[in-house]
Amino acid sequence: MLPRALHPLAWWGWAIGLAVAASMTGNPILLGLIVVVVWLVVVARRTDSPWARAFRLYAVLGVVIVLVRLVLHVLVGLKWGTIEVLALPRIALPHWAAGINLLGTVYLEGWLAAAVQGLQLAVLILAIGGANALANPKRLLRALPHALHEVGTAVVVSVSVAPQLAESVQRVLRARLLRGDAGRGLRAVPRVALPVLQDTLDRSLLLAAAMESRGYGARNSDATAAGRRLLTGSLTLAGLLVLAFGMYDVLDPTRSLSWLGAPLVALGLALTVAGMALGGREIKVTTYRRDPWRLPETLTVLAGFAAAAGMVISKQATPDLLWLPLQPLAAPGLPIAATVGIVLAALPAFVTPPPAATGRPRERAGR
Amino acid sequence: MTDAMQPGIAIELAGVSVTYAGATGPVLKDVDLSIEEGELVLVVGRTGSGKSTLLGALNGLVPHFTGGELSGSVRVHGRNTRDHRPRDLADLVGVVGQDPLAGFVTDTVEEELAYGMEQLGLAPAVMRKRVEETLDLLGIADLRNAPLTELSGGQQQRVAIGAVLAAHPRILVLDEPTSALDPTGAEEVLAAITRLVHDLAITVVIAEHRVERVLAYADRVVHVVDGRVESGLPAEVMVSSTIAPPVVELGRWAGWSPLPMSVRDGWRAAAPLRAQLVEDAVLPSVVEEGRPGLSRNPLLTARKLSVRHGDLVAVREVGLAVRAGEITALMGRNGSGKSSLLWALQGSGTRATGTVEIGGADPRDLAPAVRRTRIGLVPQTPSDLLYLPTVAAECAQADRESGLEPGSCRQLLDRIVPDVADDLHPRDLSEGQRLGLVLAIQLTADPEVLLLDEPTRGLDYQAKSALSAVLRELTDRGRAILLSTHDVEFVAEASDRVLVMAAGEFVADGPTAEVLTASPAFAPQVAKVLGHGLLTVADAVARFGDLR
Repeated sequence: MLPRALHPLAWWGWAIGLAVAASMTGNPILLGLIVVVVWLVVVARRTDSPWARAFRLYAVLGVVIVLVRLVLHVLVGLKWGTIEVLALPRIALPHWAAGINLLGTVYLEGWLAAAVQGLQLAVLILAIGGANALANPKRLLRALPHALHEVGTAVVVSVSVAPQLAESVQRVLRARLLRGDAGRGLRAVPRVALPVLQDTLDRSLLLAAAMESRGYGARNSDATAAGRRLLTGSLTLAGLLVLAFGMYDVLDPTRSLSWLGAPLVALGLALTVAGMALGGREIKVTTYRRDPWRLPETLTVLAGFAAAAGMVISKQATPDLLWLPLQPLAAPGLPIAATVGIVLAALPAFVTPPPAATGRPRERAGR
Repeated sequence: MTDAMQPGIAIELAGVSVTYAGATGPVLKDVDLSIEEGELVLVVGRTGSGKSTLLGALNGLVPHFTGGELSGSVRVHGRNTRDHRPRDLADLVGVVGQDPLAGFVTDTVEEELAYGMEQLGLAPAVMRKRVEETLDLLGIADLRNAPLTELSGGQQQRVAIGAVLAAHPRILVLDEPTSALDPTGAEEVLAAITRLVHDLAITVVIAEHRVERVLAYADRVVHVVDGRVESGLPAEVMVSSTIAPPVVELGRWAGWSPLPMSVRDGWRAAAPLRAQLVEDAVLPSVVEEGRPGLSRNPLLTARKLSVRHGDLVAVREVGLAVRAGEITALMGRNGSGKSSLLWALQGSGTRATGTVEIGGADPRDLAPAVRRTRIGLVPQTPSDLLYLPTVAAECAQADRESGLEPGSCRQLLDRIVPDVADDLHPRDLSEGQRLGLVLAIQLTADPEVLLLDEPTRGLDYQAKSALSAVLRELTDRGRAILLSTHDVEFVAEASDRVLVMAAGEFVADGPTAEVLTASPAFAPQVAKVLGHGLLTVADAVARFGDLR
């Protein structure tokens, strides 16, 4: 396969499949397997762009989440189980804070349960981080319908402000040393915050001016524009409302008006789509080099779907195997369908085209 | 909405005055100006004279985006900015600012080039072709997938120009496009611009502080003085311009007519002067050894100093001694390690290996408050040091930091830049005034060695001379100065010694005259015209006396 960038939606579809799978299981073997799969695919298919390098941050975040969950369990968690690990004195709280257990004896079962919960969240975040590393989030926004163009641009701008903010903070912190001001704590906050805010504001204004002079926000102007905008707004709003009612009806387990749910959802979707199509017509923006959707894209999404589907099958067949047995404590089992699904999700590491080279400048820009 | 304009006229300003909200008077006063198609127009003027406002008015950013009130009319190829917002003029006027990175909307070169065309709604096939053309036109084809943040300054500026050019505007407006660039990067950008003028007959309006870089290419010069505008052929305007490059100053002094606009013109006119120089066998010594404050012993010594940022070695085992009474200039292209070296010497930046010694101590081991009494640094963005609402508050804070009696910093400030009102917000100061304020704050600690990172950025000729006088006064009192800069003319005027850095190492070190005249890339204009170790107009005056 020739090297090219995979469609960003494909990577997000794949990652969401894995995230759904992770949210359904508390089996450390399965969760570990998902981590391995995400890691394998990311390492095989990421570029050396700045956003791809951020994957490490997601991994660190995951580890932090597990650790925090473990510490929180010791501090305020509800301790239960039979195998004692840590004998700590329990601190009595006044009656208005009853129900919160400050310290107290920690048992292995309770602690493991907390760890698995933390791990579940960490794996979910790692899956999203994987998508983020594989597909430039800004390119994902370009695949959105035209009516969402302006929302998309706002997101893009705020996404790029974050790293700039970090850079400003670093610069100002360093500059403070030059005034002999090494103080930390609350007093230092205005001294850092003010120059940083000023810097950020200046940059935002410059960016806004640049976008304005490059034609951002220019619309097809004709006499009916105002009327059409009103129609677009009402269509979209009505569509979303109907959709909300329909969803409520479909998802409500008591199913009071079950015959109404599905038609309402369909009507809401239709209205929203019509509103967006109408709104999109007003914006004359075009897209340079739309990413193609070919077989590897479909395979990638299917691979993510397989992980979620395997989990659903296992849940029907062997629901006990999806969780770590805690009462009594035992080794986790290995449900077949879920395992196969997750292993299938590693396919994109082999069936997708490799990423194109970035063509870095020969010299790095210095500061 | 579309008014008829004379054929061949691209931009027409009639009776334009601009007043910003809350300002006491107009920034531009009754400006009449017409610019022909295909002209390269250079806008010159001192800082704060209204240059940027004039440029902003050309595509309607003034007043649509900046606010304020514009009277009179600005018409661009028949479209009046009164009825057309900047976004409606995007297909006609392309605007490039000083800091290209601040105006980038996307991540990679190719997407950035396409962004403007996407907003104009061009067909994908057209965009594809134009992106390729633009990549070739500006010589950045090998960078097409590169992340924008990792390009050098010159490359970023060329991408920014390409990004507006791809939309095929008829007019290109550039506000100081080379002010942040090293001489080579500036050459790249200017070469690209002149090529556009000649090959595509695009109208270019460019504002530039370092006039010497652009003057030779300009068809017309627009001179802005206190909001009034005078325009004409370069040689006519330069006779009385408040902003003039060294070659013009030399021509004015020598009484050449017409005035030379380029080194080539100057070279031809200077033949008699050069002949006189050859007759004199004895060359005047440019470095005067008997200058006050100069000593033999180094104030600051660095040995085997290295700085690393991740896997990039920014500075590689350099040794350096700075003597009291000496102004040393540090030159080299963007990213050659100048800033890293300055920060490491000061002790607040990172250092991988090596030692720095000043007055028997290593500044890195001192507390920041003590460190700054030995060695001070004015960083590249001086405003990072300012966080209080008024100039007076900043000065009072500086006095407290240094344990001096109130008013010490204010006194210094008055010596450096007189007439800065106490109640002004530091943000509202001009570049030169802000630099002066930060310089005053750092000098309140009275450091033995002062480091300055790119102090000349955004300063006009007058502000640069003032800075050079302040620095000279310091060295006369036995202080040492090390400054990094790209500005060859400033180095020729202000410094005694020049260090040239490349890839983290020193490649040249010697007296200013020797280093600057050794290579054409670094030679100041007067040296190119006269030779024989003369670097500035002042040198020439000292050598020949008054010709008239």
